[in-house]
Amino acid sequence: MGFEKFGFISFSSQTKVAKFVDYLQDGKIYGTKCKECGRLQFPPRAHCNRCLSSKYEWEELSGDCTLITFTKVEASPAAFKEQSPYVIGLAEFVEGPKVFAWMDKSISEGEVTIGMKLKLKSSKLPNGNLSYTLFRTETEHD
Amino acid sequence: MRVGIVGVGQTPFGKLSDSSSRELVADAFREALSDAGLARKDISTLIVCSGSQYDRQRSPAGIMAEYVGLNPTPTLHVEAACASSGVGVRVGWSMIQAGLHDTVAVVGFQKMTELDAAEIQDVMSRSGDVMWESPFGPTMPAYYAMHARAHMKRYGTTEEQFALVSVKNHKYGATNPLAMFKKEITVEDVLKSRVVASPLKLLDCCANADGAACVIMAGEKFARKTTDNPVWIAGLGLASSPMSLTGRSEFASFECSVHAVKQAYKMAKVTARDLDVAEVHDSFTSAEIIDYEDLGFCRKGMGGKLIQDEQTSIGGRIPVNVDGGLLAKGHPVGATGASHIISIVKQLRNQAGPNQVPKANVGLAHNIGGIGMYAVCTVLRAT
Repeated sequence: MGFEKFGFISFSSQTKVAKFVDYLQDGKIYGTKCKECGRLQFPPRAHCNRCLSSKYEWEELSGDCTLITFTKVEASPAAFKEQSPYVIGLAEFVEGPKVFAWMDKSISEGEVTIGMKLKLKSSKLPNGNLSYTLFRTETEHD
Repeated sequence: MRVGIVGVGQTPFGKLSDSSSRELVADAFREALSDAGLARKDISTLIVCSGSQYDRQRSPAGIMAEYVGLNPTPTLHVEAACASSGVGVRVGWSMIQAGLHDTVAVVGFQKMTELDAAEIQDVMSRSGDVMWESPFGPTMPAYYAMHARAHMKRYGTTEEQFALVSVKNHKYGATNPLAMFKKEITVEDVLKSRVVASPLKLLDCCANADGAACVIMAGEKFARKTTDNPVWIAGLGLASSPMSLTGRSEFASFECSVHAVKQAYKMAKVTARDLDVAEVHDSFTSAEIIDYEDLGFCRKGMGGKLIQDEQTSIGGRIPVNVDGGLLAKGHPVGATGASHIISIVKQLRNQAGPNQVPKANVGLAHNIGGIGMYAVCTVLRAT
């Protein structure tokens, strides 16, 4: 699938890492791992940030992460008005890299605290595009 | 060889719906020439600085050089978001130091109120990583709000402390004839204003504006011939941070500011304690508090206390943004860097009027570009 299928609104379509979207379609979150120096990257990159090598392989991430910071966007850009307000979260995966994504609307404003445990999951959007969203982690009961 | 600023000029900042960007540039340039007592034939290079895509003119240096009658004079465009004209001054300084040019005019401008709101919002929602962040509709306030929250969490900074920044800057903006907002406000006004991106509210945020600001620089020999009171560029700094938030490791600080100011202080052989006055990047109230810490005005986490103790007002330890800052002046992106520098120049020339810091001799101008991927610092001295 093309990269134009990523996100509520996509602004770019051409990239070497478009396979990421295929993985999202399969319900999986993947990063790229450099074969030269071992660095794991998310979002995926075709050039290693540490050594610039383009010899990489795809590696699945657990999705488990911790919230570093967030904001609730009340005054959104015109194109996002229907989705507004939305909470953008920045979280750190247990594997190390970070992710910038919407928090699921099922998480109430009062619940959101820095340090809370979350799970990043692939999500399908009403317009047929694919994305990923930060969800509450499942409790032991579920 | 020292490089001095010999002439400055600036338009009012605001919604200037009767003016095009080229007209704003011409006003600022003409005023700077007159201030320096120079003619256009004395200008060896025109450096045009602006953020991208806020209006429809492509390759703006081309039209600006033509409109002010500077063909075939060399001209080029410098872009570093809100740090554009601060970086333009760095480029001009380098050209003079290299002996390539004698006098350089740096003019920053922005026309932000011509395109309709939806178009401008679309442009600004693409201020970060267009592949991985823009699909989530982040706004400029959203990025700064995330940093504000991290600062509140780590240090206990409060929304009231953020509000004090807006109150201070609006108070000083009220006596700046060029400022967009000339009305004083209260902490309650800020706290009651509508949430834009939590915890930042409308009055925590600067406003888009139109405007232009011009700085004319020259090498020491020419500077001393031209004017009795050149203001010397003593230190420069420029640094980058990852544009995307996932690339950063710090959210209660703008690391590029820390690197840039270190370079500038080292080059100028000063520390934060030697500064008499400063202009820092206050695109948002929380940014100014973080700037205090990043620039060494106080220890990490003590920014809220610094403003609460009124140490950044005139009479305090380090007066900051006493021209109104971005919060009261408005923020025409490309013009802001030059405007900050101009305010310091006026302070050091003892021409700052009602907001003059007595005996100001050393000043700092600091800008962050965009969502924190560039920081530029300039240390200026009168003697």
